[in-house]
Amino acid sequence: MADGANPENSAQGSGETRREFLYLTAGAMTVVGAAGAIWPMIDSMNPSADVLALSSTEVDLSPIEEGQSVTITWRGKPVFIRRRGAEEIAIAEETPLADLPDPQTDDDRVEKPEWLILVGVCTHLGCVPLGQKTGESRGDYGGWFCPCHGSHYDTSGRIRKGPAPKNLEVPPYVFLTDNSIKIG
Amino acid sequence: MSFKTNNKVVQWVEDRLPLISMGHHTLYEYPMPKNLNYLWNFGSLAGFALVTMIVTGIILAMQYTPHVDMAFNSVERIMRDVNNGWLIRYIHMNMASFFFIAVYIHIMRGLYYGSYKAPRELLWQLGVVIFLLMMATAFMGYVLPWGQMSFWGATVITNLFSAIPVVGESIVTWLWGGFSVDNPTLNRFFALHYLLPFIIVAVVVLHIVALHTVTSNNPLGIDMKGPQDSLTFQPYYTIKDLFGLGVFLILFAGFLFWAPNYMGHPDNYIPANPLSTPAHIVPEWYFLPFYAILRAVPDKLGGVLAMFGAIAVLFVLPWLDRSKIRSCKFRPVARVFFWIFLLNGLFLGYLGGKPAEGWYVVASQIATAYYFFHFLILLPVILPMIERPRELPSSIHEAVLKS
Amino acid sequence: MKKILSGLFAAALGFATVPANAAGDAVPLPDYEWSFDGVFGTYDKASLQRGFQVYKEVCSGCHSLDLIAFRNLADLGYNVDEIKAIASEYTVEDGPNDEGEMFERNAIASDYFPSPFPNEKAAAASNGGKAPPDLSLMAKARVGGPSFVRALLTGYEDAPEGFETGDLSYNKYFPGHLIAMAPPLSEDSVEYGDGTAATVDQMAADVSHFMMWAAEPKLEARKNTGVKVMIFLIIFTLVMYAAKRKVFAKVH
Repeated sequence: MADGANPENSAQGSGETRREFLYLTAGAMTVVGAAGAIWPMIDSMNPSADVLALSSTEVDLSPIEEGQSVTITWRGKPVFIRRRGAEEIAIAEETPLADLPDPQTDDDRVEKPEWLILVGVCTHLGCVPLGQKTGESRGDYGGWFCPCHGSHYDTSGRIRKGPAPKNLEVPPYVFLTDNSIKIG
Repeated sequence: MSFKTNNKVVQWVEDRLPLISMGHHTLYEYPMPKNLNYLWNFGSLAGFALVTMIVTGIILAMQYTPHVDMAFNSVERIMRDVNNGWLIRYIHMNMASFFFIAVYIHIMRGLYYGSYKAPRELLWQLGVVIFLLMMATAFMGYVLPWGQMSFWGATVITNLFSAIPVVGESIVTWLWGGFSVDNPTLNRFFALHYLLPFIIVAVVVLHIVALHTVTSNNPLGIDMKGPQDSLTFQPYYTIKDLFGLGVFLILFAGFLFWAPNYMGHPDNYIPANPLSTPAHIVPEWYFLPFYAILRAVPDKLGGVLAMFGAIAVLFVLPWLDRSKIRSCKFRPVARVFFWIFLLNGLFLGYLGGKPAEGWYVVASQIATAYYFFHFLILLPVILPMIERPRELPSSIHEAVLKS
Repeated sequence: MKKILSGLFAAALGFATVPANAAGDAVPLPDYEWSFDGVFGTYDKASLQRGFQVYKEVCSGCHSLDLIAFRNLADLGYNVDEIKAIASEYTVEDGPNDEGEMFERNAIASDYFPSPFPNEKAAAASNGGKAPPDLSLMAKARVGGPSFVRALLTGYEDAPEGFETGDLSYNKYFPGHLIAMAPPLSEDSVEYGDGTAATVDQMAADVSHFMMWAAEPKLEARKNTGVKVMIFLIIFTLVMYAAKRKVFAKVH
């Protein structure tokens, strides 16, 4: 470009660059603006403040007797709370890990051995297992039995037989006092 | 010219479904008159408003409950608990007004520059259809929060149909799905409020197809005669539309963030009460001129006919205005009367917001009469007799060079 | 052309003011200053807390606050434990339990403020036939908003001579001047924890401030977002203007 010194040419050249720069800036700002406008809409579909306010629940355990189960609702799902007897605890603790499809010690699944707290949703396809009420089938291992596709859970809520891949989920919870817990 | 590429897959699709060619034609090479002023921005602004309304509306519909016992509180839940719900709902509320502002300016621009004249008659009539659909959609949308104005606005407007002789009462009962505005009414208004915007989109597509067939009018009102008169859409009008959008959004954001309820009415923050009518019922501001026309006629059926007539007259406007000259730039008398017509329309809007008593009634009657005089007598009869248009320039290019 | 454009906008917006001003014969409201006015306005948390106290100790005897949950009090500057403590002062009906009975329990943060009356008919029956309105949206449901509420609370005076009030009270700012609510505030109706003197003016200002928050809890987020969006839009528009100038520079 020997004639690059030509004032007319160089003026045109820098004009082109400036124009390109303005185009790019304009395009970039349009994209940023559109993204900034769309994000609040997408975010609006996340759980709202009133839903989040109900995402933890406190439960008074004192009315539950040994060998009794109650079902409460937490985040729209059933939560099984079972006050286990000594025999049930012993069976759960003595089961060898080798017998378990999803190996986990009973100790890892409870805060206090007396209280077993589980999300009552079968890990296969989301049915609610039987075994909470007296007279309901509790499966071959004395825990819960899912009637949809025949999954058997033991007294620690662990999967023993059937199509479910995982143990019943333990929700996050803390003991507020000896007799009350906060789930979530 | 059809699109060619070396990419075999793209070419295969393009040969069967010419999306790229269509997009290229519409958004890129489409020739626009080169002398358009900023009043030609309002078409794209109205389109932007429509898209905004649909997007925010779908998001709101995910959170709203169309039941008389829950509608009001579900809207308040959006305002209080849903993430950014206050923002989305206020955008929907205020963009409704800004949509009408854009469309009113778009219509007035069409009136001033004669954009309704041959060969653009169908283009204009499709626009009037869009306007009617917008009014129906806006009216039903205003009912959904189920506040006092929602309820009583719905009651008053649906009762208009009772003016129809013989079958009027049956039609109103049918509209309500009961014997008053109630849950069935709210449910069907919600269904229709969701449906109509998509019908508007369909008519907008026709509006654009018609536009691209006859091309844009321009401030001179004369046809483009060749490439020297035109500019391609991209980059000239994309960038100009984006600049206009920026200004529009700045004004919009002013209302949205600092006066979101300015164009609303406090009574709509009171839950609907079928046993107690608010002291003073007014529709949203964009309906006020038509509301004034409705009330100006002392007869029930007459008022309804006048109101619908005020819009129906726009349908036949292309044949009422007999001047061959499009732009008011070259019509010294029509231009003056355009401004009188505009002021008269604003005055009708002012009167629509006032109670129907005292001098307001007489003024509404005079303003209503003038509205129809303008279309039915002035344009077809008087102007052709008294107006001598100025000489038109020979081409857009020449006129632009001179100025 | 620019003139036409701005004229049209002014006109369009001008007649938007019509409904806002149309509500009738009330006396013009005093021009109060609020901390939440203006471009950067925010709520005054101390005033909100005092206003909440006035609501709790005076208004809540008759007026519900349906849309406010105890958890919302976090906006007033209360922490989780304080909110728990406030909530536990209230009882709410829950149930049915396993026996099918409704029962009462202490409120928790996610509960809403309970109404003073079981339903609207009961509220009307105990208040001379007219139910006291809910206060959640009061500051947006009246022309004049929070200023109207504040003026109303301080607007009680003796009726002019010959003005028959009957069982009702005379209020300067109430449309029609006859209001069913007896003057609710009197000197030292409440005792403020922060030592502020509880004059009628002060209490009216605080409780109106509180009601504005109750009606528009997202006001601070709104103005805050607005400033950012506005800055973006102004830069956006300037860039587009520059680009537009550049593109059209060669068009003749």
